[in-house]
Amino acid sequence: MANYKETQNVLIVGCGGQGVILASNILSDVLSCIDGMDVKKAETHGMSQRGGSVHAQVRFGEKVYAPFISPGEAQVILAFEEAEGLRWSHYLAKDGVMILNQERVIPPLAFVGMADYPEESLDNLKKRDDVKCIDANKMAKEIGNVKVASVVLLGALAAMLDFPEKTWKENLEKRVPAKALEANMKAFDAGYAAMKAL
Amino acid sequence: MKKLLTGDEAIARGAYEAGVHFAAAYPGTPSTEILENLAQYKEVYAEWSPNEKVALEGAIGASIAGGRSIASMKHVGLNVAADPLFTFVYTGVNGGAVIVTADEPAMYSSQNEQDNRNYAKAAKLPMLEPADSQECLDMVKLAFEISESFDTPVLMRLTTRVCHAKSLVQCGERQEVPIREYHRQMDKYVCVPAVSRKLRIKLAQRLKKLAAYSEQTPINFAQYNDLKVGVITSGDCYFYAQEVFGDTVSYLKLGMTNPLPVNLIREFCQKVEKIYIIEENDPYLEEAVRQLGFAPIGQELFPYTGELTPEVIRQAVFGQVLPTIEYDQSKIVGRPPTLCAGCPHRGFFYEIGRRKDIMVCGDIGCYALGSAKPFNAIDTTICMGASISMGHGAQKIFKLGEKPTKVVSVLGDSTFFHTGINSLINVAYNQSSTVNIILDNRITGMTGHQENPGSGYTVKGEPTNLIDIETLVKALGFRHVRTVDPNDLTLLKETLDAFLDLDEPSVIITRWPCALKKFSKEDKEEFRDAFCQKYVVDTETCIGCRICMRAGCPALSFDQETKKAKVDKVQCLGCGVCAQICPKKAIKKEDK
Repeated sequence: MANYKETQNVLIVGCGGQGVILASNILSDVLSCIDGMDVKKAETHGMSQRGGSVHAQVRFGEKVYAPFISPGEAQVILAFEEAEGLRWSHYLAKDGVMILNQERVIPPLAFVGMADYPEESLDNLKKRDDVKCIDANKMAKEIGNVKVASVVLLGALAAMLDFPEKTWKENLEKRVPAKALEANMKAFDAGYAAMKAL
Repeated sequence: MKKLLTGDEAIARGAYEAGVHFAAAYPGTPSTEILENLAQYKEVYAEWSPNEKVALEGAIGASIAGGRSIASMKHVGLNVAADPLFTFVYTGVNGGAVIVTADEPAMYSSQNEQDNRNYAKAAKLPMLEPADSQECLDMVKLAFEISESFDTPVLMRLTTRVCHAKSLVQCGERQEVPIREYHRQMDKYVCVPAVSRKLRIKLAQRLKKLAAYSEQTPINFAQYNDLKVGVITSGDCYFYAQEVFGDTVSYLKLGMTNPLPVNLIREFCQKVEKIYIIEENDPYLEEAVRQLGFAPIGQELFPYTGELTPEVIRQAVFGQVLPTIEYDQSKIVGRPPTLCAGCPHRGFFYEIGRRKDIMVCGDIGCYALGSAKPFNAIDTTICMGASISMGHGAQKIFKLGEKPTKVVSVLGDSTFFHTGINSLINVAYNQSSTVNIILDNRITGMTGHQENPGSGYTVKGEPTNLIDIETLVKALGFRHVRTVDPNDLTLLKETLDAFLDLDEPSVIITRWPCALKKFSKEDKEEFRDAFCQKYVVDTETCIGCRICMRAGCPALSFDQETKKAKVDKVQCLGCGVCAQICPKKAIKKEDK
């Protein structure tokens, strides 16, 4: 993804409360630091709340027109939750990569038999070469703070994009509470390394 | 450095830079953040008004007194504010005045999909349509200039994506604008028939001047590339079209869409072979182009409803989309919006949902979710404040029958102050025997926690007069008024039983804060124990009957393996509704 002349599309998806918007904000902060980079971003608003489906679409390049990504256009999909990854999987470009966090948020309706978690479709999705699974919540727990799972995923995303590590970390520092900075930095490094190893 | 701003933030920034003095709004998606951002500037007086009509009238007064003013609202808000709008256009302004309408193609958080460009034409005022955040900032500044040079209010029409998408914006500095002198001008501001007849003629002359301006303003421009296809478009659709066609077609991009630049349009249409009109919702531009005698392709090809996206345009024109991963979309698990854990509306909807022989007139707000599973507890939702007045009308008809159905009307505190209060005056005056419920969660919930006349604080966070709903309702003459804690299901049931039996109108106020509210000093005192408790399931006592699931609480789940209910301790806020529903008393307060 070194050439940013063409518009690049990053789609971040998950559930309310997982940190989708935080991750997308840090990504756009990073992009805003780069001279001559045009950026547009669209995200869920209004009726989203805890547990709802949340997405953020970030587009960047020399000149970006529409703020949203079309199906088949996303070079990277960062999915914070499995079923959400599936929901947005048709947005993945032919040469794109999905980073799929192995975390599940079961909607309440599923407990009263009004909905099923899509097991079979997910199995098929995970078998694909362009879908890279990562267990960010487990890695966050190992770091000692489950809340930094979103930053593990951000680190994994950073590994897919060609921007200086320093720029990522400077912008991360601005967006996270000072007392959790160390855990967040560790999380970023862990996600970055895990993605590079895949 | 450029800043990444939403359109709403950019409108606020632009108005600030234009030296705006007065800003008023009622919250409504997707317009809410305009006023929230304007309130951050200490140079600008900003307020949440009880409704959009009041907001616009405040802005009109501020303009006539000589200040620059802005009123912002969602599309349906302009219906409420339409009355002052149409006559304000007659009087014109003193200080510049801008009205922002935020339309919602695809209805992400709205009850209808109306195209407010029609208002500009009907009310006869100039309209600007920005396409991204930079245009929002630039155009709001231009709007104030147009307003003052042509002596007219200006309408800015945004859509959800313009409001909420972020793009890079070059910000400037605030230009202080002196407040203009005020003189009494009865032939300008007193719209009695003799005056209005003269103003009506002036308005026609003004529109002619604005039409000439529209022809030469740089925000209406043609971009000529290949002449086989020409796209006429406005707002964010301009960028969607560019995304799909790039520089293979010619464009006529209209930033000022009332009055339309007819000569510019005619010239463009004559140069290109085929004309596409790319616009969301109503065929506003299309009809105008047809009137000029051309045969453009618009709604015969592009959908008339929903949001246009590059994808929708690509499919309509080329009949193709990009190749994608295929999977069974019917298997995707839904995540419909639900009342949050700890929501004070839960207890009420559980109780009212159990009564099958009543009609429940609902309203606009989070509590519209009372219509969803598992409550299924609402019969109607139309518009702000309608619950109480519709309930009144329905009760009058039911009364004509032999066994009259009882009507319950339900709305929130902010909606009550918006227009519900007028409806309640009607119930008091014309005496229908409805039970009127005001779900007072101490804040405007759905739009993201805005202060309101009952919360005791202004948009700037300053303490102010607090209007007490119970006192207000009693002053209207209601004899049966009770304030209850909605988490106490026994009390709720008793109160509902008693009031449903009455043959005169009554009011129940449920008073408990929104679970997501940041508590004020007063909240901390009044609701000292709120959200401190957690509940747990005693797995010995739980029989796995799933009756607790009828609370529809996202903190409750059912373990398929153990066949027992489970409370998510992170999410549980201790409202205790599930514990009261459980027939085995298996859900208990956690020991501290």
